[in-house]
Amino acid sequence: MEEVAFFIGAIGALGAAAAVVALKNPFYSVLALVIHLVFLAGIFLLLMAQFLAASLIVVYAGAVMVLYVFVAAYVGGIEEPKWDASPELRVIGPIMAVALFVAISIAVLGSGLAALGTPGPDDIPAGFGTPEAIGHLMMEDFLIAFEAASLLLLVAAVAAIVLAGRRRGDKGSGTEQRKVLVKADEQANAQVAGNGEGA
Amino acid sequence: MDIEWYIVLSALLFTVGFIGVLVRRNPVVVLLCLELMLSAGALSLLAFSRMLGNQDGQVFVLIVLVVAACEVVVGLGLVVAMYRRRLPLDVDEMKELKG
Repeated sequence: MEEVAFFIGAIGALGAAAAVVALKNPFYSVLALVIHLVFLAGIFLLLMAQFLAASLIVVYAGAVMVLYVFVAAYVGGIEEPKWDASPELRVIGPIMAVALFVAISIAVLGSGLAALGTPGPDDIPAGFGTPEAIGHLMMEDFLIAFEAASLLLLVAAVAAIVLAGRRRGDKGSGTEQRKVLVKADEQANAQVAGNGEGA
Repeated sequence: MDIEWYIVLSALLFTVGFIGVLVRRNPVVVLLCLELMLSAGALSLLAFSRMLGNQDGQVFVLIVLVVAACEVVVGLGLVVAMYRRRLPLDVDEMKELKG
């Protein structure tokens, strides 16, 4: 039963991940990532991480993906770069990927962890991976990491406002508008200069 | 289900994300592929957490989720800023900082 669930989840997650990379429209890529995350949450459940599976769905497939959908809808369709990568990357990319996979496999096999071939110990503590257990850990053992994460979120929110916020005098988004502004500025400057000469 | 299956799945997902980061040129899709790589890392952390019967790895994954959310916010802010300035939305074209 567990095997069936794992292979369904694995095939779904891998297929959706491949779709993220292969689909031309970024909007569809975002939707494929949502499917990937749903399958991944199922695999998290198999690893007894109930709280993380729920937060993956709520935070990731819910909130973060909405952000992606908004940006893909805001930006998308304007200038879609062709899918084909530059010719050198087209060759180097897959070679690098295979090399990376081999490197990871060597690292895992070379670690010599005997427990890798087992499904994990059976005598895990009661409530493994439940919100209660994770909450106790976060508030007792990992309080500093928790507070640092909250600070990081605050900094990221401020950074997003600074980066994407509208500058003063930058109504709209076109170069035309900026050119008009610059021209108006130049005219005003010329006028000021002319007035200075006249006086 | 043996733990190594989860590790192999995690390595495959990481590799797929890596190919995407290398091959795709739309910055939004590059960010999506970074998400794939981060979630693959989270999967291997969870697998090892299950292998050791220790929940500390799950807290680590929660922190990874927070960091990924921050990265998304800043990355998408950059994409929106690029769009506002009418820069080409193509990571191959963004090479002004090239040494």
